[in-house]
Amino acid sequence: MSQSHKKPLIELRSSPHLRPQLRQTPSVDSIMRNVVLALLPICAFAVYRFGISALALILTVLAACLLTEALFNKLGKRPGSLNDYSAVITALLLALTLPPGFPLWMGAVAGFIAIALGKAMFGGLGYNLFNPALVGRAFAQAAFPGAITSWTPAGVEGRFVEFIPSTLTLPFTKPPEVADWVNQVAVDGFSGATPLALQKFAGEMTAAGELFTGMVAGSLGETSALLILLCGLYLIARRMMDWRIPVGILGSAALVGGLFYLIDPTQYPDPIFILFSGGLMLGAMFMASDMVASPVTPLGVWVYAILIGVLTVMIRLFAGLPEGVMYAILLGNAAAPLIEQLTQPRAYGHKRSKQRKEQA
Amino acid sequence: MGLLSWFRPAAPRHGIHADDHKADTCGLAIRRLPFAPRLIVPLAQHVGAPSRPIVRIGQEVLRGECIAEAGGHVSVAQHAPASGTVEAIELRQMARGDVGQAIVIRVNQADSQQAIGLPQDLAGLSREELLALIQQSGMVGLGGAAFPTHVKLDIKPETPIDTLLVNGCECEPYLTCDHRVMLEYSEHLLQGIDLALRITGAGKAIIGIEDNKPDAIAKLQGLIPAASPIQVRAVPSFYPQGAEKVLLRTLLGREVPSGGLMSQVGATMQNVGTLAAIGRLLPRGESLIERVVTVAGPGVERPGNYIIPIGTPVGFVLEQVGFHGKTTELVLGGPMMGQSLANLEAPIGKGSSGLLVMDEAAIQQEQRKSYPCIKCGECVRACPLHLNPKELGLLAAKREYALMAERFHLNDCFECGCCTLVCPSAIPLVQHFRIAKAVNRERAA
Ligand code: SF4
Ligand code: SF4
Repeated sequence: MSQSHKKPLIELRSSPHLRPQLRQTPSVDSIMRNVVLALLPICAFAVYRFGISALALILTVLAACLLTEALFNKLGKRPGSLNDYSAVITALLLALTLPPGFPLWMGAVAGFIAIALGKAMFGGLGYNLFNPALVGRAFAQAAFPGAITSWTPAGVEGRFVEFIPSTLTLPFTKPPEVADWVNQVAVDGFSGATPLALQKFAGEMTAAGELFTGMVAGSLGETSALLILLCGLYLIARRMMDWRIPVGILGSAALVGGLFYLIDPTQYPDPIFILFSGGLMLGAMFMASDMVASPVTPLGVWVYAILIGVLTVMIRLFAGLPEGVMYAILLGNAAAPLIEQLTQPRAYGHKRSKQRKEQA
Repeated sequence: MGLLSWFRPAAPRHGIHADDHKADTCGLAIRRLPFAPRLIVPLAQHVGAPSRPIVRIGQEVLRGECIAEAGGHVSVAQHAPASGTVEAIELRQMARGDVGQAIVIRVNQADSQQAIGLPQDLAGLSREELLALIQQSGMVGLGGAAFPTHVKLDIKPETPIDTLLVNGCECEPYLTCDHRVMLEYSEHLLQGIDLALRITGAGKAIIGIEDNKPDAIAKLQGLIPAASPIQVRAVPSFYPQGAEKVLLRTLLGREVPSGGLMSQVGATMQNVGTLAAIGRLLPRGESLIERVVTVAGPGVERPGNYIIPIGTPVGFVLEQVGFHGKTTELVLGGPMMGQSLANLEAPIGKGSSGLLVMDEAAIQQEQRKSYPCIKCGECVRACPLHLNPKELGLLAAKREYALMAERFHLNDCFECGCCTLVCPSAIPLVQHFRIAKAVNRERAA
């Protein structure tokens, strides 16, 4: 008992005295690290399809997000939160929703907005109401409506040595039209439209196989449903993501979509197309499942997921916006606190009706 | 472990699966520890009024002799755990670091240490007589609560109960004393249950045992005759299956009303250790002067279950079992709800089910950084009572203690610690809740 003068022989703590086991309770940084890990193959695939433009865009958004996070940490005198990887996730997700030829400076602005408005304003990690990446994306949609709908084809020859012309647009200038460039490089018949737009505005269907493997036009990460599915399954298998959210969203979207398809197969797309086109897969797997902006009650999670699934299909089919999933998730985020309040499980030893009254 | 440890095992619907660390001790027969030179018998080692000493300083006492009488209805008598001389009746350091009155006995090691007691025939005794005997024997809940047993068994005829539940879950990691008691004192346990059935008037008894103790389940099932009102039921193993409220729900599908008592829904619960002690001591006319304690943890050289006289200083126990110098934390009770020990002179009490010695490795396994709540809902899924620790935690951070009690059932929380253990942000949730409750109590007073 004499050997330890520097440290007391016994320490006092309040229970529980058991240390958490990493296996059962991963810490925040290990969860976040794994989400990043799961997003990396999707990013790599985007670079493979779209070349250095995609790589430059991802890196730019990443830099913008990290710098913004660091800036607000400094302003708010918060301890560094860069090492929790949450800003990295926001950056990667945001980049994946942008078109490959998106001007880099616009990407930087979107990244700044995502962190500043989407997260820091609410108080940082854990306090945000909406998924920050989607806030950035919604901002880009409103501020740069032209650039965010300029699609370029995947798999262009020379994509690893040459930038898409619009990528290097000088800050605060209008990007050049990519149509001419597209015509030069494109395999015949590329209209610069995504499968969703093709279906919606031209009544043309893209084969499910192409959707599945991602060799179609679209934003960086929206297009390989298979890869997104696999990466999402990794997180689910490690129990770092709530499986109910993707299952609920995809299930309800397929169901509602299928219903319309049954009513009129000529006018509405089939459910397979709904599932594998656009940002639905990425949104369902990686954006709606953002823990901070989704409800925590088991029942509430289902309500939230089904709401997003149904809204996505409704917006896609009946509004002038093919990319419904983004708005659906933002609406779902907005409704999450209410959903959570209404789905509080009945506490042990309380009667449900009484509890409701208490809460009201 | 390899790949397996890479995937997280499925968690139970509510509660947690922690590594149970029971393998070290659950296969070892119960052994006896020698008497310490001095025993410190606290007068308030149970819930309720402290006992009143009835011995003088310098008086010779015999092992099992009554040395303090019950200080009220919710109180029990105390008995000398060893023959010797009353050396002092004074304030002594207790487990929490607080001080309390205790009778200090200098043990006469030369004595035969035969416990005194007159065998008695219990067959003709009335309910009230049996309850009085139990109170006089110093019996309290041995599962850790240390609530006087005669009060809990005193079921009023106006509110009859149908079932006596017997808690053999022992869901706390490390602890195996109940497990060993079920194996080695099975007959005493069944006698104790018979007595408790007589006293409470319950029609049947159910022994709930976690399914990670198949040997205990088989042993008891083999001893119970076909027509007996006692049945054994295997229940899923998770923490806190052995919490009264949780086990009641598991076994009978009933819930204790918020702020109420289990007898309101027609049941009462006793720990296997308590009933085994009643079944063993009452017919012999002996009293509660020793108990089985699990001594375990990474810092212990000879872990096991030991019969330890009440009042044995913790330091003496550690000397006997051997411990490593790297010890950093001592816990009285289980690792989830037990008490961090402040002092090696603190005595083993009637409610001490375990003595755990944690070493540096176990403590520093991971000093986690605390993050803001990321609303992952792990705590909500883990809370066995379906409370909302997430909301409680957010309110606690704003010191909205009154609101926590009003809207989120703070007072129903029994501090099992599941929420703290699963929180990936390493927020000390249950610790916050204890503070909140204490502040609320103070404000109310
Ligand atoms: S400590 Fe309280 S709030 Fe936390 S899990 Fe246990 S009962 Fe629920
Ligand atoms: S477990 Fe921790 S981080 Fe997750 S919701 Fe509960 S308090 Fe928040």
